[in-house]
Amino acid sequence: MAHGPAKGIGRWLYATNHKDIGTMYLWFSFAMFILGGAFAMIIRAELFAPGMQLIKPEFFNQMTTMHGLIMVFGAIMPAFVGLANWLIPMQIGAPDMALPRMNNLSFWILPFGFSLLAATLFMEGGAPNFGWTFYAPLSTTYAPPTVNFFIFGVHIIGASSIMGSINIIATVLNLRAPGMTLMKMPLFVWTWLITAFLLVAVMPVLAGAVTMMLMDINFGTSFFDAAGGGDPVLFQHVFWFFGHPEVYIIILPAFGVISAIIPTFSRKPLFGYSSMVYATSAIAFLSFIVWAHHMYTVGMPLAGELYFMYATMLIAVPTGVKVFNWIATMFGGAISYETPMLFSIAFVILFTIGGFTGLMLAMAPADIQYHDSYFVVAHFHYVMVAGAVFSMSAAVYYWLPKWTGKMYSEAMGKTHFWLAFIGFNVTFFPQHFLGLAGMPRRYADYALQFTEWNMVSTVGAFIYGAAQILFLYNVIRTIVAGTPAPEEKTWEGAEGLEWTLPSPPPFHSFSTPPEVK
Amino acid sequence: MSSDSNYYVPEQSPYPVVTALAMGLLALGGGLAVQGKGMLILTLGLVLLAVVFYLWFGTVIKENMAGMTSPQLKRSYVWGMSWFIFSEVMFFAAFFGALFYIRVYAMPWLGGEGDKSDMISLIWPGFQPEWPLMVNPDQVVGGEKFVGPEKNMSFPGWGGVLGWLPLWNTIVLLTSSVTVHWAHHAIKHNDRSKFNLWLGVTVALGAIFLVLQYLEYHHAYADMGLTLESGIYGTTFFMLTGFHGFHVTMGTLMLFIQWIRGLKGHFSADDQFGFEACSWYWHFVDVVWLGLFIFVYVLG
Repeated sequence: MAHGPAKGIGRWLYATNHKDIGTMYLWFSFAMFILGGAFAMIIRAELFAPGMQLIKPEFFNQMTTMHGLIMVFGAIMPAFVGLANWLIPMQIGAPDMALPRMNNLSFWILPFGFSLLAATLFMEGGAPNFGWTFYAPLSTTYAPPTVNFFIFGVHIIGASSIMGSINIIATVLNLRAPGMTLMKMPLFVWTWLITAFLLVAVMPVLAGAVTMMLMDINFGTSFFDAAGGGDPVLFQHVFWFFGHPEVYIIILPAFGVISAIIPTFSRKPLFGYSSMVYATSAIAFLSFIVWAHHMYTVGMPLAGELYFMYATMLIAVPTGVKVFNWIATMFGGAISYETPMLFSIAFVILFTIGGFTGLMLAMAPADIQYHDSYFVVAHFHYVMVAGAVFSMSAAVYYWLPKWTGKMYSEAMGKTHFWLAFIGFNVTFFPQHFLGLAGMPRRYADYALQFTEWNMVSTVGAFIYGAAQILFLYNVIRTIVAGTPAPEEKTWEGAEGLEWTLPSPPPFHSFSTPPEVK
Repeated sequence: MSSDSNYYVPEQSPYPVVTALAMGLLALGGGLAVQGKGMLILTLGLVLLAVVFYLWFGTVIKENMAGMTSPQLKRSYVWGMSWFIFSEVMFFAAFFGALFYIRVYAMPWLGGEGDKSDMISLIWPGFQPEWPLMVNPDQVVGGEKFVGPEKNMSFPGWGGVLGWLPLWNTIVLLTSSVTVHWAHHAIKHNDRSKFNLWLGVTVALGAIFLVLQYLEYHHAYADMGLTLESGIYGTTFFMLTGFHGFHVTMGTLMLFIQWIRGLKGHFSADDQFGFEACSWYWHFVDVVWLGLFIFVYVLG
């Protein structure tokens, strides 16, 4: 038990250690973040001015598709799995994850899956070009031949997610230290437990959706072909039954991160812990019964539109509970503004904006105007980037001293924050205006009257992109040449078992379970 | 809640990363194979996966027999298998959901019900919705892409019930669920010979089910004009029963391996999780069949 890491490349290839696997997940997801970011830069560069300047429209479609797929499945999801790997055993007082070898399998599937997906860019017919939501028949009848690699890639990436989630559930339910009852678990553990449940429930449905596509394309079935008695809208139902829980899969672990950081820098315990747990559960439950709010314009019966509209609006209640709890935690606290806290406060503000635009989109009659416009693009980037990615940045700054035993540069961290905050808002706030003025999403060109805001948006995107390079530099500099972090508590207000370990923590976090009172 | 003080963290292992490689080959090979570009990589991936699973499970069994497994790890296995089966339930839910959506919503709408009726009747004039769907919308307008089946698999009426294969399949599979339970009961009471007997019978019943299923498919293709290409009825019929058949194949294989392990004396009254997990899987496959029997055959 007391042995340290193995030497050489074998340490990573044959890993069973939760920290090593977590590290691989985090670096892999950052590589994907850069790749997906590069695609975004190509999109924004092309959209700087009307008319076609840099790329062909066909390639533009491949870029929007690959940007979405890589960011959702390659960057954000693995980043949070990496965080779960690092933190859950330390936060519940365990030595490691429950099923360490399967843990390693879950990770190593990803490089193979995403290599295959990225390789389609260089194949005949080009990469998938039907958008990350891959609606039939665009993704079946009219798809490039590489769609088959996309389908099988999604299969193995999904298997990776399911195994990773089963591992997290088994760890949380089975490896908690004595005295760590469910309602004493840190919220990050809670949110991941619920996220893992969502993943196990919906990733198989995604596998079903792509399997139906595979059969329609290659074996003559007619799931999505009305000529054979099928229905293209069936695809959207199956996809969004996966897709809506998927967006909560992305945001719930972010809620957990923010619920750890805000109390630390407010020097107050989290306000309303149990209501946070119940709110998270309520959001997870609701996520299963609201999927068709993505489909108001396909021609659903009126009763369906009304049901999905009201059910969707209900989500605002538990989400509001969370936002109020974070604000109440800060209220009257002795707040200090280190980098993780800056990202967290920005998260609360910007995520709330994304939530409000979500409420606007939830209204069926209004959505018919907003649907498939840049307003939607702005909405989901406010929750995906300012939500998930900002919380990841916050998490890295918050726990990096614990992971490495070294302190990052606060000045560089704050510069990263302000560049990211300004860059993000300059990119995406104008897209609300563009969408409301009628600019459709997923087009390589646009009408002249949209030019100014698109130029602004592109400038913001490059600021945001540059900020991430600074982030990368700051992290590497910390690992290579950071000043030593305080032996135990880096942050005076930090609570939780991970802060009782030395920095960096021992290879096997807790070899004997700590007592939790 | 954990109460163990000696945790067990397994040694490093080459098997996971090789499994990932095999899955990568399967994905690449699958994509090539469906485009008619050869089966080489797909086969390579399958062989590699089989070999590495043999080695990986072999190691786990060896470690367990050497007494390295803690009760805590066994509980993790229980959680792991349970949630894996739940994920399989959701996979079938997607296909059952598709069937229900088609039957309850898409069929009537294609037939002109609802407020889009004007448009639908322009696209598919004269289409008559029914289930099982024997004449596809395509055929109504003179298309030849999806030719409906000549016959379907529905309940033939009480007169022909004894010659109705799905009924026999149901009897075979339900019986196998009972025999696997008897095997479980036997090993719990350390009665190894009965365990081997009943597990052997279960595997045989699984094999019989697969033979019957093969006969049914042959009959469908050869005599009934019912194929994957015969529209949404053939699509849902073959995809639901086909994925179930695939799971029966896997379950039979898993139980067969447990049977061999039983003959080797791997199991005892208090240590038989390998078998137990496979038996859970078998019960799950059985329940899915009941769903199929009701919604695809009887109410088909």
